Amino acid sequence: MKDSVKPFVVLVGLLVLWHTLVMAFDMPSYILPGPLAVANSMVDNASLLWEHTLVTLSEMLLGLLLGVLLGIILALVLVYFTALRPWLLPPLLITQAIPVFALAPILMLWFGYGLTSKVVMTILVIFFPVATCCYDGLRHTHQGWLDMAQTMGGNRLAILRHIRWPAALPALASGLRVAVVVAPIGAVVGEWVGSSAGLGYLMLQANARLWTDQMFAALTVLAFCSVTLYYTTDRVLRRLIPWQPETSQE
Amino acid sequence: MFDVIIRRASLRFGNHCVFTDLNLTLKGGQWTCLLGGSGVGKTSLLRLIAALPAGETTGEVVCQDGFSVHHRIAWMAQQDLLLPWFSVLDNITLGQRLRRNLTDVFTRRPLLSAEVQEQAMSILEKVGLSAKADVLPQHLSGGQRQRVALARTLMENRPLVLMDEPFGALDAITRLNLQDLACELLQNRTVLLITHDPLEALRLGHEVYHLRGHPARLTDAITPPGKTPRTLDNNGLMALQGKLLDRLRHESFDEQSGEP
Repeated sequence: MKDSVKPFVVLVGLLVLWHTLVMAFDMPSYILPGPLAVANSMVDNASLLWEHTLVTLSEMLLGLLLGVLLGIILALVLVYFTALRPWLLPPLLITQAIPVFALAPILMLWFGYGLTSKVVMTILVIFFPVATCCYDGLRHTHQGWLDMAQTMGGNRLAILRHIRWPAALPALASGLRVAVVVAPIGAVVGEWVGSSAGLGYLMLQANARLWTDQMFAALTVLAFCSVTLYYTTDRVLRRLIPWQPETSQE
Repeated sequence: MFDVIIRRASLRFGNHCVFTDLNLTLKGGQWTCLLGGSGVGKTSLLRLIAALPAGETTGEVVCQDGFSVHHRIAWMAQQDLLLPWFSVLDNITLGQRLRRNLTDVFTRRPLLSAEVQEQAMSILEKVGLSAKADVLPQHLSGGQRQRVALARTLMENRPLVLMDEPFGALDAITRLNLQDLACELLQNRTVLLITHDPLEALRLGHEVYHLRGHPARLTDAITPPGKTPRTLDNNGLMALQGKLLDRLRHESFDEQSGEP
């Protein structure tokens, strides 16, 4: 069987299992609606779902963009301004030690119920894995390359651009893969705490009214977005960074 | 061509003295080969000359003409050090890229002038890789990669070339071919070649030194007869190789039994 087919087989298998479970135990639809009921709800609420998906997606993508940018800048600062390292690390760790769930209400207070607070939440969960991976990648440049660059009389900026940065890209790519996976957490948690739009908001509303099928519909769309985002990122990264160890082995 | 003089070089790692008060003159336009077992400080000596960090080193390196060796050195290591994201052509013109400063970038001066490009292609032709200019290093064999590294060294066009076992990882035939090629292309340059292969030293070196002992000292120079690269059918050369191999073997035996 082709590798690209396997995920779909798993998906279909899970759907069948879900359907049999609902049938076998005669689940009431407000506890666990069957896949057909969820599909129906998706069709009925298509325009509603689409509207809220756009909100959540824009929060995620904006947060990703800014979070990745912040992570990379932070990594560069940590590598090139060694004196700042002991000052920067404790506050960074504190931002990661406090759960975003605990921070969310404060962020709502500061940044309001709109897009900004969710983007900030997303940035908060994303920048750290990106920064640590990028920092590690930049620190572990092959010493031989740096020695050679030094004998060639290269300037620091050119060495960063042509050697250290490309050498760090595979590590940064790992950070990006993690970031893409956790980005929805930031956005959806933000929406749960306080919002007037987005898939998280829709789920909360549906849940309160025991419209469980609509909640599952929103969940399915969210899962679909996350998985698509992950695979797209993975593909693009492999294409852009062909010298990654795991791709060159294939 | 100027001589390069190394005076009172010493290297320590903490309390361990690797070598001290070492004096060596690299004759201008000639190959000097340095033999020695592992851990005797060969690579560190090379790094000291290139002003790269290596333990606690002291000593001075001067050129006969009074100028510093800084920016007169090309470096060739055991690993080919090719950057996997650059094509062969981009790899051999790496120096040009790295020396480009901000004003060049802002004035949009072309990355490689036509002249440099032409020079690069002619060097690639000399090492027999002109067909591979646009290929990524991952598609090359070990011997080809080391030839690209040689081309990059030539492209730097520096009077002093420091080589740290550049052919060590190659198979015997490829190694002989590359030795011939390097010898031909690096003629009239001052070369310091570090190796643990006595045959390589004897084939290529105008002067062959042996670094040995604790702390390490240089033996008197061996000056093998004949023109380089010396051929393998030379009986005198083979006898010398045998003698050197014997010496290297005893040295590693002494090390194992813990005697100085």
